Amino acid sequence: MGRESHVDLSKTVIAMHDIVKKFGDFVANDGINLTVHKGEVHAILGENGAGKSTLMNVLYGLYHPTSGYIEVNENKVSIDSPEKAIELGIGMVHQHFMLVQPFTVTENIILGMEPVKGLSVDLKSAREQVIELSQRYGLQVDPDAKIEDISVGMQQRVEILKVLYRGADILILDEPTASLTPQEIGELIEIIGHLTKDGKSIILITHKLKEIKASADYCTIIRQGKYIQTVDVSEVNEDQLAAMMVGRDVTFKVDKKEQKPGEEALVVKNLHGKDYRNVEILKGLDLTVRRGEIVGLAGVDGNGQTELVEIITGLRKGTEGSIQIHGKEVFGATPREIFDAGITSIPADRQKHGLVLEFSVADNLILQNFGEEEFSKHGILKRDAIQKKATELIDKFDIRPRESENKPAGQLSGGNQQKVIIAREITNDSELLIAVNPTRGLDVGAIEYVHKYLVEQRNKGKAVLLVSFELDEVMSLSDEIKVIFDGKIVGSVPGKDADENELGLMMAGGGAHE
Amino acid sequence: MSNTKAKDSKSSFGAKVLHGNLLYTLISIAVGFIVGAILLQAAGISAGEAYGKLITGTLGKPKFIVWSIVYASPIILTGLSVAFSFQTGVFNIGAEGQYVVGTLAACIVGVFVKVPAVIHVPLCLIAAALAGGLWSMVVAVLKVKRGINEVLSFIMFNWIAYYLSNYIVNIPAVHKEGNGEATKDILDSAKMLVTSESLQDVLGSGASYNIFVAVLAAIVIAFILNRTTLGYKLKAVGFNRHAAEYGGISANKEIMTAMSISGALAGMGGACQLMGMGMRISQFSSQEGFGFQGITVALIGSTNPIGCIFAGLFYGAMKYGGTKLSLVNAPSEIVDIIMGTIIFFIAISHVFKRLLLSHTGKKAKSEGGTK
Repeated sequence: MGRESHVDLSKTVIAMHDIVKKFGDFVANDGINLTVHKGEVHAILGENGAGKSTLMNVLYGLYHPTSGYIEVNENKVSIDSPEKAIELGIGMVHQHFMLVQPFTVTENIILGMEPVKGLSVDLKSAREQVIELSQRYGLQVDPDAKIEDISVGMQQRVEILKVLYRGADILILDEPTASLTPQEIGELIEIIGHLTKDGKSIILITHKLKEIKASADYCTIIRQGKYIQTVDVSEVNEDQLAAMMVGRDVTFKVDKKEQKPGEEALVVKNLHGKDYRNVEILKGLDLTVRRGEIVGLAGVDGNGQTELVEIITGLRKGTEGSIQIHGKEVFGATPREIFDAGITSIPADRQKHGLVLEFSVADNLILQNFGEEEFSKHGILKRDAIQKKATELIDKFDIRPRESENKPAGQLSGGNQQKVIIAREITNDSELLIAVNPTRGLDVGAIEYVHKYLVEQRNKGKAVLLVSFELDEVMSLSDEIKVIFDGKIVGSVPGKDADENELGLMMAGGGAHE
Repeated sequence: MSNTKAKDSKSSFGAKVLHGNLLYTLISIAVGFIVGAILLQAAGISAGEAYGKLITGTLGKPKFIVWSIVYASPIILTGLSVAFSFQTGVFNIGAEGQYVVGTLAACIVGVFVKVPAVIHVPLCLIAAALAGGLWSMVVAVLKVKRGINEVLSFIMFNWIAYYLSNYIVNIPAVHKEGNGEATKDILDSAKMLVTSESLQDVLGSGASYNIFVAVLAAIVIAFILNRTTLGYKLKAVGFNRHAAEYGGISANKEIMTAMSISGALAGMGGACQLMGMGMRISQFSSQEGFGFQGITVALIGSTNPIGCIFAGLFYGAMKYGGTKLSLVNAPSEIVDIIMGTIIFFIAISHVFKRLLLSHTGKKAKSEGGTK
């Protein structure tokens, strides 16, 4: 990949030896070893629930290992609190940011460690320090901007700066790219390069193979709590990594036969709509999805994708235009009418639209179907049938933990919450499926499953609209890729001849061609 | 990850107790009594004597127990009303007003309609439920159509009900003959009293069977919430209206339904008080508080309908026992202090919960370590 390595093998900064962590009878980490050198980017790869986070929480002092020990800078240490970890130069950037929204960047970075001058906070020198740090590592941020006004990528930089400000030499990044756009991911990888050049070490928790290839020196693979092996990233390819993670061969190539698309399933014409601030965001959008094809919608977040899907599914009212499903006009119809007309969707925000977190998994699995004969009669729920259905789907979709039928959905991990939604929508088996970032937060095995399913729907002659920020996903699945920019479709490319650079250019608003 | 399976199935009885609400409610009740005792002692009154009176005064004789239960019935219903609203995502702070209009409706039907008791009692209850339901529905319509916060309109509707009641009490046709600021008594056929003399000998002459209405209502509400599509919809909207709408449920419609049912329950609470205890409506000089006590009952009962039965019985006994405290020169207000303290501690009970859970969690971990 042509990246420069800054590893200094003579200096070991972290050595975790035979770490075992048990919760009651449950073994989350079962004899894991990890060695990280100065200037190294070390990826930790594993499926959802493999024990990556547990291991990092042990390193960060949130958990005590049941057995095993840790050395930092070649001294045996006992890390019993995050404070101790920070003292030892270990910093963690969590997947979900912990920032105070109305505070400025500087205020957030110094929070808890404010430099003082007399009795007041010395904001001026703090601001200078922040600017100095951000220039040193190429982390451009506006020190005076408020968190609520800056993008997710920027917020992540603030989190990284927060850790650096506390003097960390070893940075743990937990799923850092989960909510970033492709451009932001590229920038993050660059920042990681700057950090290691300066002698910092990075531990990267992820299940995205491409990013490991692009940024890491070594990769430790964990499967079901067990240490599998540590590999030199330059010597393995993505397929090998995936196989090590899952424990079997995984195919990324989606097997898709050539197929002539059928009649038009969804026709959107001249659609206008406003976003939550009441600003026009859809500006006359046209889109057609035919039976037997997957149309991928590529675009940078904030160009109207969210609103488009919300309007099609009836969650938001459009201001003007026409939406037809199999010739039936559904513009302005209720979500129920649209569902009955044959549109189901995997929503972008799983916790807002996808699930009632307080409801059990079983109850969530019947969110649109509780009124159907299978699950109720004369308004009385058939609890046995609902339970049976849940057991069946939990099994089929490998929702973990098993026997979670009666657990509140909010207690499941993010990936498993997504599986609950996917299980439900797949079972609905509608004429048109709208999938918004359907594999977000899923591990390779589950991604493979979802992709296979989307293609299966297409092969059965159903229509699929795929909206995703993962350009790879859009490119490998779509028969037709449409690029959305500023509330309009600005380009359309057949999936098989799509070129990443060309798409990227169109996504940024350049080189439109129809 | 077959390991997770073992972890899940191992949810022992102890863990269930620690994770449930009951333990923390009982702790809060204990703390409430301790705080009450400290205040009584500080005022120079023997806490032992006062609490002794509370116990003998409520449980000492079958008659006392019956009265405790009669006191409990209306507040079980208002508690149920509030608990139902919490479960469905609204805050019915207007149970007081719905209770009052429920009393009015039951009173008018009870005074003016002449039918046999078998019809008269249910008729009064239905009238009260309708009145309470409609009263609450007006607020629901304002919320859904005009976006007016229900808490504000509920509080205003409480006062409208209050003055409406005082107005109706003083209409000559309704007002009792002779002295006294009250309505006529409801007809005997509308009273929910035990009429059998042999039963009266044991239970006392004021024995009412209004508790059965409250318990039945609690069972019906528990059934609606847990076993019906209606309950499913109402709870879905209450927990997450976005997901509910995504699932094709009309949130506005369900909010109106939920608020009407909640109002109907409070209205029935009014009928139970009138037909089992009051027999007439007196002119108010201040709000009676049955609706507000419903909030307390709902919170002690963890917003669980069946929990409300027990919480209501507890509060009913405390209210009835409180009237006897003057016999030992203790102020009856001590009951309010105890109840207030309990609510305060229930409100912060998640703090206890976290402390206890992290403590036992640590213990489990170190045990795991030594194995």
